[in-house]
Order: sequence, then structure tokens, then C-alpha cells
Amino acid sequence: MSKNSLRSVIVASSVGTLIEWYDFYIFGSLALVISTKFFPQSNPTAAFLSTLATFAAGFVVRPFGALFFGRLGDLIGRKYTFMVTLLLMGGSTFLIGCVPSYESIGFLAPLMVLLLRLLQGLALGGEYGGAATYVAEHAPKNERGYWTSWIQTTATVGLFVSLTVILITRNTLGTEAFENWGWRIPFWVSILMVMVSFFIRRNMEESPVYVKIKSEGKVSANPLKESFGNRYNFKFVLLALFGAVMGQGVVWYTGQFYAMSFIGKVCGVSSQQTDTIMAIALLMGTPFFIVFGKLSDKVGRKKIMMIGLLLAIICYRPIYEKMFHTIDCSTKIMVAENIVSKKTTSIHEQSKDSIITTVTHKVFLDKTSIDLTQKDTLNSMGVLKTNLDIKKSIELNTTNYWMLILLVFIQIIFVTMVYGPIAAFLVEMFPAKIRYTSMSLPYHIGNGIFGGLLPTVATYLVTTAKSTKVNNWYLQGLWYPIIVGAICFIIGMIYLDKNDNKIED
Amino acid sequence: MNTIKKYSGLLWVAIGITVGYFNIVVMGIPKLQSGKQEDLVFAIINLCILTPIIVGGLVTFGYYALSGDYSNK
Repeated sequence: MSKNSLRSVIVASSVGTLIEWYDFYIFGSLALVISTKFFPQSNPTAAFLSTLATFAAGFVVRPFGALFFGRLGDLIGRKYTFMVTLLLMGGSTFLIGCVPSYESIGFLAPLMVLLLRLLQGLALGGEYGGAATYVAEHAPKNERGYWTSWIQTTATVGLFVSLTVILITRNTLGTEAFENWGWRIPFWVSILMVMVSFFIRRNMEESPVYVKIKSEGKVSANPLKESFGNRYNFKFVLLALFGAVMGQGVVWYTGQFYAMSFIGKVCGVSSQQTDTIMAIALLMGTPFFIVFGKLSDKVGRKKIMMIGLLLAIICYRPIYEKMFHTIDCSTKIMVAENIVSKKTTSIHEQSKDSIITTVTHKVFLDKTSIDLTQKDTLNSMGVLKTNLDIKKSIELNTTNYWMLILLVFIQIIFVTMVYGPIAAFLVEMFPAKIRYTSMSLPYHIGNGIFGGLLPTVATYLVTTAKSTKVNNWYLQGLWYPIIVGAICFIIGMIYLDKNDNKIED
Repeated sequence: MNTIKKYSGLLWVAIGITVGYFNIVVMGIPKLQSGKQEDLVFAIINLCILTPIIVGGLVTFGYYALSGDYSNK
């Protein structure tokens, strides 16, 4: 196949996959707004947790999408299957933007959102394996790492695009309009992108490897049984999961999601600065997916993935320690402090209770500033109940801001090392007739479940450690990626062979 | 290397069982009964999703390793 044709295959596959990641992550990026629209507001914390649970549900069903669409891809072909997943994802995302609020239709609202979120997860479960297989089966054997690494960039770029679209919509409409109805726009935008991608993909040819096995009558009659019912193949599914993808999943989600949650929620940096720190680091790191994908064609996939995993395990604690102390204001010298606003709002007409919101602004010697928002309750008897949960919003000085970008960037380099070569690695591990099914399941368990649940688990560990006053409480969330990563590293080093367990078609 | 591959299978079975015990007895059931919503979400994730995959997967992986399935022929 000529380089030009290969490029069009990459563009058509990557654009569609990128859109699917965009659709998948936009829900998470808008979780806070969504929680106010689709869940009862009598308990905002419960509403936010319910939104996160709905977001997590999308990750949990990904392996089921992998099984369903993987089977379909091995039975009827790669091209048609990943066109179906694209439409399913686009349709679900668009419809989330159309669901009436909880105020209008009650509990039907969160139910519909949950259902659509599950469809998103199923679609993504089918999409990635199809795109990776499709590209790898077009690429020359000795360049699969390079060509599939373009698919590997799509998850990061999809996250970046989702952050950018939200930022542009919010800045164009203003915060109030955005929170009223503007948050629906990023969901609606998806359908336009999906239509464009659908028409590009429609004109693509079926994968040459699949066409060949079909013409030879070698298509699997029952891909699920052959993938997981056959011990010889199933042992490789387990090896792929525990020796590679599980570690890759936790490194991916630590570097790109937990880092964001740590800077914003654990350390209290303003959302504007958190978003731009992440966006810049993601943008700087993305080309390295291609670098390591290409390098894996020369030196082997195992070496690069295992080095990336080892570096991540060793460096996470020092990196997060440095991040925490870069942001921490408790050791900084304060030069000014003043109350910038104090307002009283009634919360209950009958009881006459009210909330006093006080915003205090502090400036430190190194030009870092912090806004502390405290909400105290004043009851009708005039008794003030002080709330100890003070919300902080830190604005970093330029030096610290760039230091954080550097620290996130280093984590993204680890991500690119473990994630850049993995599509080629998985594709080459399984025979063509059951490839779509066999590679999709370990990928979506490792990435979607071990990785996707990481922010929830790690944030929980940090919150618990903080409330029980554990030393270095802010580092406790890292135990999850470090332990999972370490087990994966040992299994990978012992069991993956130096030829990356490659099989020839 | 084949000997290491084979006998470290015991380690994976042991880790699978230990993680299962820890997840159910320490991080699962007590959190389920604590009454806090954040504990409940964590316990459900732990007991219904992570534990079955880790225990079932690692024990099977260890068993295959111990049976010599991953040894170079």
C-alpha cells in the first residue's frame, strides 16, 4: 500500500476515534454542571457523586462493548463495525445534550442520561479495537508501531479537544448562560463531527488482511469461543491484561486525569489554571506517542513499555511531593490579606436560616495568591455555625505555574512510553481471525476499568487519609497506580518475550 | 527462565487470594456498612468490579503459569 493511501487510512480512522474519545470525556469534563441539571439538588454532594458514578458506568461497560463489537468485527469485518460504533457514540452524545432537566421530567432525566452513558461506553468498547486493528492491518509489518501510534494520540487529543470546546463555549457565552443551557453545545457539536467522520469512513476499503482471510474462508465462526474458550488463546489475553495493559491503564489515568484532579481538587489550584496547565502539558507531550511508537518498531515494544512503567512507579511519589509543595501556601510568607466580599443569602423562607459567604483574598511574597471561600450558616436564633470546609482557589505565580506544567509533562512522557506502542503490541499478539475480539477485551479491562476507576479510587484514598490525619496524606492516592503498576511490571518482565509475543498472520 | 515463569505462578495465585481477602474483609464489607455515601461508592466499585477481575484473573493466570503454559517450548 502506498504511503498516501496509508495516510488516508490513518486520517479516517484517527478522526473517528478522536471524536469518540471527545464524546466520552466531555461528560467527565462537564460533570459538575451535569450534576446540577440531571440530579435532585436537595443534596449537591450526592448529586455530584451520582454524576461521577454515571461517568464511571461508561468505563465499566467498555469490556462488554469490546465483546459485542469485537465479535461483530471478526464476523462481518472491521470497517462496518467501527462505523456502527461511531454512529452509536455520536447519537448517544447528541441525545445527552437534548435530555430535559430533572426539574422538568424528574427521575426520568438521570435514568435517560445513565442509559445514554452506557451506550457511549459500549460504543467506545467497540471502536478502539476496530481502529487499531484496521490501521495495523493496512500498515507494513515493520512499521506497525509507527502507524498505530497515530491512533494512540487520539485519546489524549480527544481529551484536549473536549477541554478546548468547553473553554471556548464558556468564554463565548459567559458563565451564567453556559451553566443555564450552553453546556449542551459541546454535546451537540459532536453530531457534526460524527457526520463528517462517517462520510470519510464510508468510502474506506475493508482491511486487506480481513479480506484475505474471508476469501480463504478462514473467518472465525465463533470469535468469543475461540478467544476466551480456547486455553491457548486465553492465556495470551490474560498475559496482555496483567503484563501490559493493566499498568498502561493506571499510568495513563494517573498522568492525565489524576494529575488534573490532584492539582485542582486536592491542592486547590483555580480551575482556569488547572485546565491550562493540563492543556499545555498534553499538547507538548502528544508528539511523543509517535516518537515511541516509531522507536518500538526498531527496539521492540516490551523494552519501551517496561521502561515507561518502571519510571512511572519510581517517580510518582517524588513528582507528586514536588507538585504539592510547589502549590502549598502554608509555608509561604503572606504580604496582604483582605476580605473581598461578604454576602448573606436566605436558604429557607420559613426557618429564616441564611448562609453567609465570605471570600478572603491573600497574597504571598512569591506573588502566589489565594481566594478562600467560607460558607457559614446563620440560623433564625442568630446562632452562627462555622463551616470548616473552606473552598480555596489558588493562583500560582509564573515560575510555579511552569513548574507544574513540567511535572505533568514528565508524567505524560511516561504515558506516551507505555501507550504509544501498545496498539501494535496487542494487534500482533493475536491471530487475524479473532484479533478484534481478543485484543479489545484486555484493552478495555486494563484501560477502562483499572485505569478508568483510578481517579475515583485514588481521590477516595486521599480524602480518607486526610480525614484520618495520615502523614503525607496527599500521596496516599498513589498507592493504587504504584501497586498495580509494579505487579504489571514484574509480570511483563518475566512473561513477555523479547519478540513481544508476536505472531505472523 | 522457564522455572521462574512456572513457580512464580504460585506468587500470582497468592497475590490474587490476598487481594481478594483484603478487598472483601478490610476495604469492602466495613465500607459498605459505614453509612457514608463516599464509602458506599468505593465499596461497590471494589467488591463488584475490581475484586472479581483481580482475583479471578490473577488466580487463573497463576494457575496457567504453574501448569507451564507460559514456558518456552
